[in-house]
Amino acid sequence: MEVKDIIKEENLAYKKTKVLTDNEMHYCPGCTHGVVHKVIAEVIEEKDIQENTIGISPVGCSVLAYNYLHIDWQEAAHGRAPALATATSRLMPDKYVFTYQGDGDLASIGAAEIIHACNRGENIVVIFINNGIYGMTGGQMAPTTLEGMPTSTSPYGRDIKLSGHPLKMTELVANLPGTTFVARHSAETAGAVRKLKKAIRKAFDNIDEKKGTSFIEVVSTCSSGWKLTPEASNTWMKENMFPFYPLGIIKDE
Amino acid sequence: MGELRLMKGNEAIAEAAIRYGVDGYFGYPITPQSEVIETLMARKPWEETGMVVVQAESEVAAANMLYGGAACGKKVMTSSSSPGVSLKLEAISYIAGAELPALVVNVVRGGPGLGTIQPAQSDYFQAVKGGGHGDYHLIVFAPNSVQEMADFVEDTYELAIKYRNPAMILSDGIIGQMMEKVELKDFKPRFTDAEIKEKFGSWATTGKTPDRERNIVTSLELQSELQEKHNHKLQAKYQQMRETEVRFESTNTEDAEYLLVAYGSSSRICRKAMELARDKGIKVGLLRPITLFPFPTKQLAELANQVKGMLSVEMSAGQMVEDIRLAVNGKVPVEHFGRYGGIIHSPDEIVNALEKQIIKG
Ligand SMILES: Cc1ncc(C[n+]2csc(CCOP(=O)(O)OP(=O)(O)O)c2C)c(N)n1
Ligand code: SF4
Ligand SMILES: [Mg+2]
Repeated sequence: MEVKDIIKEENLAYKKTKVLTDNEMHYCPGCTHGVVHKVIAEVIEEKDIQENTIGISPVGCSVLAYNYLHIDWQEAAHGRAPALATATSRLMPDKYVFTYQGDGDLASIGAAEIIHACNRGENIVVIFINNGIYGMTGGQMAPTTLEGMPTSTSPYGRDIKLSGHPLKMTELVANLPGTTFVARHSAETAGAVRKLKKAIRKAFDNIDEKKGTSFIEVVSTCSSGWKLTPEASNTWMKENMFPFYPLGIIKDE
Repeated sequence: MGELRLMKGNEAIAEAAIRYGVDGYFGYPITPQSEVIETLMARKPWEETGMVVVQAESEVAAANMLYGGAACGKKVMTSSSSPGVSLKLEAISYIAGAELPALVVNVVRGGPGLGTIQPAQSDYFQAVKGGGHGDYHLIVFAPNSVQEMADFVEDTYELAIKYRNPAMILSDGIIGQMMEKVELKDFKPRFTDAEIKEKFGSWATTGKTPDRERNIVTSLELQSELQEKHNHKLQAKYQQMRETEVRFESTNTEDAEYLLVAYGSSSRICRKAMELARDKGIKVGLLRPITLFPFPTKQLAELANQVKGMLSVEMSAGQMVEDIRLAVNGKVPVEHFGRYGGIIHSPDEIVNALEKQIIKG
């Protein structure tokens, strides 16, 4: 029996949202990016805002996010998505504008753009995929890399004296008056995905109310960059990332 | 006759942007162009035309806002001076790669580095050779009056739309700061959402409606064959610009034995130098490129059949002179003269240089 023989209407317990394209995702097995794409797509479908949503993709593994969501997209320069989102949302205030950014993109090269967009309270949603590493370029150290964590540019583990401390962007932007909703989630279990979806829904709802910037961090894995199996990555994330990047709602105004 | 006003070049360009129906301006203060954003913030065009004005956190952000705004099919503009334009080059390269219309104004000051706040023309290479990474060109107009500062907003933007290519107004601290009489055009309404959909619906990110595929604004193409094809398309566009969009102004070239070539402020000084030389009996003409890209290559090549030599007069160490030499291809001597680092040459110095470097040389 082939897969197409199994996928029949009568066998379906769950259906892919039409906001996701049929393109095969290029992500590694176990990668968090694909799950988060799906959750965003479902929220867009449930809110019925496909015609009014503009995504801004980053430079990072999710640079090609535009291949997977059936909406209009802009592909930004590395770290600059919040600047594009600022202009897009100001010029088309009735649209739902979101950025989708990795931790290298958002916390390193784009630190200025994200802080100022949040500080201005741009009426946008920011989805921040924190996998503690530069996935796309082959596993280099990110600002979010944990102390002692080995990467290709910290082969003996991140040394605080040499490279500074891991950066908690989410706590940082929560301090800015322009942000309205700031939360940290994960996506490694069905329960975690449900909570994440609720938060993303709330973030998009905030755009309706013109409340300012909603910022959602997703603590993620990068099995290729971490050089672990997808399963071991989840365990490593729970044991090491969660204590340093605690999950929960940090700000809700 | 439009409304007449006495204005600085920087004020005129801001006023012209509002009247032309620009949707968004994104800037960051830097001398000698801060009056552009100051004028806009004082004018509050969002109350009048709905134009959005944002003071960004940096030129990097301002130019990337330009990119985002352009991607929406909106008329967008940014301005800066030399050190700020260096920071904008990242986004400019993306805008060129993604084929979006947008307008960048550079009110040039002396460099390199932080340089000086005084006027210069030392960003010619950066403006006409692309500036940022990759094989691309901007449409570059060089105003030499406050009137042209105002007029070129529309002139450049129409071409930017026609070619889906970013344009630059390459001005300098003199034109930006000096006051002159300017005739302002009447207000044009901004494009409506329906007009944007009609004109730019094939690419602008205005929201994926069921009547069309999703629009993706990107400069990324990982397949080399397709990236090469995309580059061929860009090059064909630049070639068409070279063939059809060259603008220049020639004065006293009919009987000229020597030619001064200058753009922007320097062309105004050259006018006086030409008069002084003619008083001395030297038959001098002046060619002023108005578009620096595309460059009046053909016109210069033709004049090389007539004159005995050419002097490029630039407030730089000599940049445009290289393009003149390429155009003339060794037929007659082509030299450069100019003061720079914020110093402005005098008409006398130009005549002396012409005599020493071209006539006696
Ligand atoms: C200006 C610039 N600098 C560097 C790069 C190379 N680069 C591409 S992706 C990337 C890091 C991406 O890491 P992250 O944002 O964490 O995304 P991930 O791949 O982990 O999802 C870098 C440094 C680039 N494309 N542009
Ligand atoms: S390298 Fe890491 S972030 Fe990139 S697709 Fe693979 S697992 Fe995902
Ligand atoms: Mg990462």
